[in-house]
Amino acid sequence: MQLSREDLLTAYRTMRTIRDFEERLHIEFATGEIPGFVHLYSGEEASAAGICMHLTERDHIASTHRGHGHCIAKGVDVMAMMSEIYGRKDGVCGGKGGSMHIAEIAKGMLGANGIVGGGPPLICGAALTAKTLKTGGVAIAFYGDGASNQGTTLESLNLAKIWNLPVIFVCEDNGYAEATSSSYSVGGTQTKRAEGFGIPSVEVDGHDFFAVYDAAREAIQRARAGGGPSMLHVKTYRYYGHFEGDATTYREPGEAEKVRKERDCLVGFRGKVTEAALLENKDLDAVDAEIADLIERAVKHAKAAPLPTEEDLLTDVYVSY
Amino acid sequence: MSKKSYRQAINEAIASEMRRDPTVIVMGEDVAGGAGTKGQQDAWGGVLGVTKGLITEFGPERVLDTPLSEAGYIGAAAGAAATGLRPVAELMFIDFMGVCFDQIFNQAAKFRYMFGGKAVTPLVIRAMYGAGFRAASQHSQCLYPLFTHIPGLKVVIPSSPYEVKGLLIQSIRDNDPVIFFENKVMYDDIEEVPDEPYTIPFGEANLTREGDDVTIVAIGRMVKMANEAADRLEKQGITCNVIDPRTTSPMDFDTILDCVADTGRLVIVDEASPRCNMATDISAVVAQEAFGALKAPIKMVCPPHTPVPFAPNLEDLFVPNADRIEKAAKALMNYQIKEPA
Repeated sequence: MQLSREDLLTAYRTMRTIRDFEERLHIEFATGEIPGFVHLYSGEEASAAGICMHLTERDHIASTHRGHGHCIAKGVDVMAMMSEIYGRKDGVCGGKGGSMHIAEIAKGMLGANGIVGGGPPLICGAALTAKTLKTGGVAIAFYGDGASNQGTTLESLNLAKIWNLPVIFVCEDNGYAEATSSSYSVGGTQTKRAEGFGIPSVEVDGHDFFAVYDAAREAIQRARAGGGPSMLHVKTYRYYGHFEGDATTYREPGEAEKVRKERDCLVGFRGKVTEAALLENKDLDAVDAEIADLIERAVKHAKAAPLPTEEDLLTDVYVSY
Repeated sequence: MSKKSYRQAINEAIASEMRRDPTVIVMGEDVAGGAGTKGQQDAWGGVLGVTKGLITEFGPERVLDTPLSEAGYIGAAAGAAATGLRPVAELMFIDFMGVCFDQIFNQAAKFRYMFGGKAVTPLVIRAMYGAGFRAASQHSQCLYPLFTHIPGLKVVIPSSPYEVKGLLIQSIRDNDPVIFFENKVMYDDIEEVPDEPYTIPFGEANLTREGDDVTIVAIGRMVKMANEAADRLEKQGITCNVIDPRTTSPMDFDTILDCVADTGRLVIVDEASPRCNMATDISAVVAQEAFGALKAPIKMVCPPHTPVPFAPNLEDLFVPNADRIEKAAKALMNYQIKEPA
């Protein structure tokens, strides 16, 4: 562990923010007030936090339909995200994107994505920009085990390799592509697929912030130094269904509860840092209280925020008739 | 000013924009050709030589040969456009959109709107279209109606060497994704083209000739066919407007409606498959906005609703030509409303 006290608090705050954001959405979605589809990232927080800790605004990420965690970890404003999910005018995308399309290009967040496998080619482009304009930036493609079977992902691995692009492919394998097990849908292994393209790869415990952080540091340093792409196979788990409303009957009874009890990334983080006397429980409790308040304010604000107006329907695009 | 081919005009447009703006890059399959070989590094300059010489002037960092991997590199072009470059990506044949359409219509086209106006995507995708090259079903289509259907895309279909240069420079400077349709049988067409850069705005149709009797709207290469037909009709005492819309998104309906108001007769010539193409689209708008001005039903001159055939005699039957346009215009002139019995 080479992280300062401040870094550790930042890491914990990011994971706690994601967790509380998602747990609250789980409750609020059930009330019927949130329109559309919502896919929650609860359980996977260590992946987004451990990777994005290494990034600044010159670096880009592309995300997935399960994108709230990546947005928060990349610094997108939580209040504006919540408003967006409620379809409000002051949402980060003016209410025109919604949960699956939260983006903030100025912060290097190229968007959650409603299309599985949509992100990896885009991220090759962001990396090409960084390389061509010599910004020193890197680009991260977050994608799931489901997207690992899309041709776009495989084409992107090849493109990143032959152009020696500063890309890190992060396969967040939560065990399920919708309702189908990754053990059924993935031929071979993620790391060997990358190796087939000549891309260094490593399997990482996605429940362990420090394991993700260390693996990401090595890959990102390699990319910044001109060493080309890497791939991280992050083994993780989602506590909720593919989408809110999914009864997860494809899981064994008690499966999610067991992972939450035994391998939760926030519990694990707290145990490690307090045991090593890097932080005290009261430091972490203070973060918990701060984030609980933030999420409460965000939801209250979003519910009361104005809706987009009829004029907004026709702006931000060429409308011919 | 000197005589230049459609091919040269495109090359000049790209080169001048690359000189003006260091963020303009070119990418595509064999846009240089020869990458990684022991032979020439500018072996092809695109399959039909349109981008020849660019790598020599601008180097391999700005002229990138891609793998045969359209979903990968068209997506990369969209991502690069959203993050600070102005890519001119070549898709070679528009028919290849089938393997990369998601990156165009779900990604690039939607960024600006979906992200609340905070994204720009200055991407140009150049592609060849059209029949007449004996290239058969999978290399000859006119798929611009599919792109015109998608909000967020701009669709450009230049009809001559002069038009292609000005419209391509405009496309590269535009902040939205532009699908740029080059007719593959027109690359050797020649006309006067200024040496210096110039732009032609989108959404302003070109009234290529004026007349009193029939309005002909023609798309892309069909503009030439329509003018050939209009020449013949003029000798028979029938004068025509011939409108080249230049862009189908945005589309200059005002010019079309104005001309229809004057002539009362409309022929639309579209090489795209006849269902849900530009001819049906324009017909619908004219029927809605100018029904009272029509002296006869609208005539659509289009290919049959079949894939493009290979056999040269069949392909020649497939593509609309001046004979069919002339016949359509005359039918309108001879049209008489039947009195109710």
